[in-house]
Amino acid sequence: MTTTTAPAPATAAGKPLPRQPWNRHLLAIAVLTVLLIPLPLILPPAQASVAVRVLIFALMSIGWNMMSGFGGMFSFGHAAYFGIGAYTGAYLLVEHDVSPWIGMLAGMVIAAAFATLIGFLALRYKLRGAYFALATFAFAEMLRLWATNSEFVNRAVGYHVPLRVDTSWWWIQFEPASPNYFWIALGLTVVALVVSVQFVRSRAGMFAKAARDDEDAAATIGIPVMRYKLLTMALSAAITAVAGAFYVQYFLFIDPDLAFGSSVSIQAILPAVIGGVATIWGPVIGAVVMGPLNDVTATILRNPPPALEFLQGRGGLDVIVYGVLLIIIVLLLPKGVYGAIRKRWSRR
Amino acid sequence: MTFSPDQDHVAAGNGGGVATLDPDELPAPAARSVPWLRIVVIAALIVVAIGLAYLRAGSGVVVTQAVVTGILIGGVYGLVAMGLTLIFGVLDIVNFAHGSFLALALFLTFGLTQAGLHVYLALAISVPAMFLLGVLVQRGILAGAMGKPLENQLLITLGISLIIENALLLFFGGNPRSVALSGDRGVPILGAVANLSRILAFLGALLLAGLLYLLLQRTRLGTAIRAVAANDTGAQLVGIDTRVIYAVTFAIGTACAGAAGTLVAPLVTIEPTTGSLFNIVAFVVVVLGGMGNVVGALVGGLIIGLAEQLGGIYLPGQSPLLSVFIVFVLVLFLRPQGLFRRSA
Amino acid sequence: MSLLRVENLGKSFKGLRAVDDVSFEVAEGSILGVIGPNGAGKTTMFNLVAGALKPDSGRVHLGGKEITGNAPHKVTAAGMTRTFQLMRPFYSMTVLENVTVAVLAGGGAKRTARTEAAEVIERVGLDRWRDSPTEGLPTAALKRLELARALASKPRVLLLDEVLAGLVPAERAPVMELLERLRAEDGVTLVFVEHIMAAVMRLSDSVLVLDLGRVLTSGAPDEVTRDPRVIEAYLGEDPHAAA
Repeated sequence: MTTTTAPAPATAAGKPLPRQPWNRHLLAIAVLTVLLIPLPLILPPAQASVAVRVLIFALMSIGWNMMSGFGGMFSFGHAAYFGIGAYTGAYLLVEHDVSPWIGMLAGMVIAAAFATLIGFLALRYKLRGAYFALATFAFAEMLRLWATNSEFVNRAVGYHVPLRVDTSWWWIQFEPASPNYFWIALGLTVVALVVSVQFVRSRAGMFAKAARDDEDAAATIGIPVMRYKLLTMALSAAITAVAGAFYVQYFLFIDPDLAFGSSVSIQAILPAVIGGVATIWGPVIGAVVMGPLNDVTATILRNPPPALEFLQGRGGLDVIVYGVLLIIIVLLLPKGVYGAIRKRWSRR
Repeated sequence: MTFSPDQDHVAAGNGGGVATLDPDELPAPAARSVPWLRIVVIAALIVVAIGLAYLRAGSGVVVTQAVVTGILIGGVYGLVAMGLTLIFGVLDIVNFAHGSFLALALFLTFGLTQAGLHVYLALAISVPAMFLLGVLVQRGILAGAMGKPLENQLLITLGISLIIENALLLFFGGNPRSVALSGDRGVPILGAVANLSRILAFLGALLLAGLLYLLLQRTRLGTAIRAVAANDTGAQLVGIDTRVIYAVTFAIGTACAGAAGTLVAPLVTIEPTTGSLFNIVAFVVVVLGGMGNVVGALVGGLIIGLAEQLGGIYLPGQSPLLSVFIVFVLVLFLRPQGLFRRSA
Repeated sequence: MSLLRVENLGKSFKGLRAVDDVSFEVAEGSILGVIGPNGAGKTTMFNLVAGALKPDSGRVHLGGKEITGNAPHKVTAAGMTRTFQLMRPFYSMTVLENVTVAVLAGGGAKRTARTEAAEVIERVGLDRWRDSPTEGLPTAALKRLELARALASKPRVLLLDEVLAGLVPAERAPVMELLERLRAEDGVTLVFVEHIMAAVMRLSDSVLVLDLGRVLTSGAPDEVTRDPRVIEAYLGEDPHAAA
């Protein structure tokens, strides 16, 4: 891949057009990927699984960010797409012996279709702001309730991924601590990042951002707003569905709460908010902050200070930290960590 | 961010999206009066719904039981929703943490009853406690987010709810607890049976709702609150300290949630997640009743309580919460401004 | 040959007739000024013609094709663009990016879009702020940005909603010159709503007067502004005073 950019075109008056950062982003992605490849070989297994978790968070949030950050349509129910990806993969694998790769693709398609449907209804009925957010939340909850009671997907029991004797790339199953999981997750995340960059620099991305900034003005200059909003939502859903499908293969289990629960929606939102909504790198940075939190707090709780002995082995501290972080970031650094840094340097 | 249902719905009627409407060209708002037609229609729909339930269930007793249970719990939903809608009407904040205050009151009540206090006496502690906490939260955290885009507020109140619920999880553990009302028994009503605790919860909720209504309509504080809800700049101009009103209103809202928490303590399993169930329902009720409309919230609560129980008949095998969501989605799409307009 | 033809346009809001049986024609390359007191229905009429609102009755024809009730982006695609009275920049983008989006939306090719946008920006006199973010831009610059965005799609008809509002007199003259140049050099047909009489007098080939949603009269600027009915409708604005 070429690292040189063409000389910026000049206008008749001679003032050269400002350079655009997209190729720099792609370069950074490439470099980072190369640097990260050896990671699972270096890290001890416990940390390696944290790394995988970070990537799953990043993937979910990159998806969320597409629709809610760049598209400006704040989604409070992204668990719907995560869960669709997870359940489609699990169902096809367990009930029909279909490869999880195909399951992943199928999940992407179904999630995208679902998002397009919700989006079409929401846009047609002019749901905006909090109403839109609540509607997305409602749809995710409805999916959860349906799955909990539906024989079709095994009710509240959920699905266990059947363990294979051999390791297999086709069936995405390896030894528990295999670095292959990390590499697959890395590959998926990298693809998602590249898709983000290409989307934002494309016509579709610019139209989505314009529609976010001012829908009426966008329509007036000729943008078919509905079409591009739906496209953004579909893409967003597809990416998050991939995260869900991979999750099932890695954790080997899914149930309605793990798939569609509100904590999943929150996990899709948090990394982007922490790192910077509507930025390329925000979700990644936020995921890196969030991912290890779980382990860190669990370690603290394993050996709490004497005064707090009764907390031993309890859960919930990590989410408390999420909440505190969320409040601090929104109040003090509303553009997130990455956004704040970026603002310091130059405008983008 | 626009969160104004009326504006959204005017746009829907025009189809192509509203650009700038000359304010001089809009007609004067209709005079406020009791919307009799709407009430009749709603009542008729409810009767039809109950009738259909009879057909579906085949048994009159089942339906009567559902109706009684639904209305009784609906009163509590209404109380919780009144607090939430008040917060929205005055502060324009979508308080996603509402349910967690209820959960906090639940656990507080649990603790107090463990220490020997009678359940309903715990109200004397939980209500002021939630009020105080509400003041602290509003002044300490939310004041900085007033006027900011709605997503920020959603995220902050989400953060607060995460902290409260998980603090409860951390300190109390995940095991479900319960609180018993001594002397609790089934009471026959209209051919159905209702727990005494449920009836008392309903009556308590109605009582508090009534008190809140009187507060808003008959006291100076209430008038000040309604003034701020209608026009906060104007209210400032006539000398009302809006910061105080914001804090007090938020606190009243959380106190409502707290009261509801104590009232339902004998009825529900006490877990950190119980709050989020009420949270969801409260939001549905508020949208149904009209954001900011206190009376609408109470009526909406009763309707949703009914819908939840009747839903259990229409869709056996599914969670009753599903029917609540179906109603929610229908309302969001078809009549986002709610059954009754935003008051004031 | 009329490029824009509006027939019997009507729109009511809850029983109030905001626009009532409005008809007019605009010849290609001409400039029509629309005036009328507050509440006359000018902005609503604009919204109806531009597709932001659907009319209850009447038709709109552009270049012989009917566009009544078309969505805004379709109207723009057909060759008619409008600007807004309240400036509505895309706040997350620079001036250049704002106009680039408009070029793309108008059908421009990706590889040349930025260059084309830069050219439009120059044309409109916005070059100084080309790479600046839109927040903090002075009103005069934002107005030009509106114009630049509208021009990016190379419209045949430009609907301007109070393009001079918010500008001090010194800022108005360059904008008016620009509009005249647009008509003279690019053959753009202009329909503009304006309160500032001197501008209307100077720019318009003909003037349409609205009052209470109806057409009061129309004709050459001189005649119309001397019409006693028009003066009465306005009550107080002397059309021949300096801007």
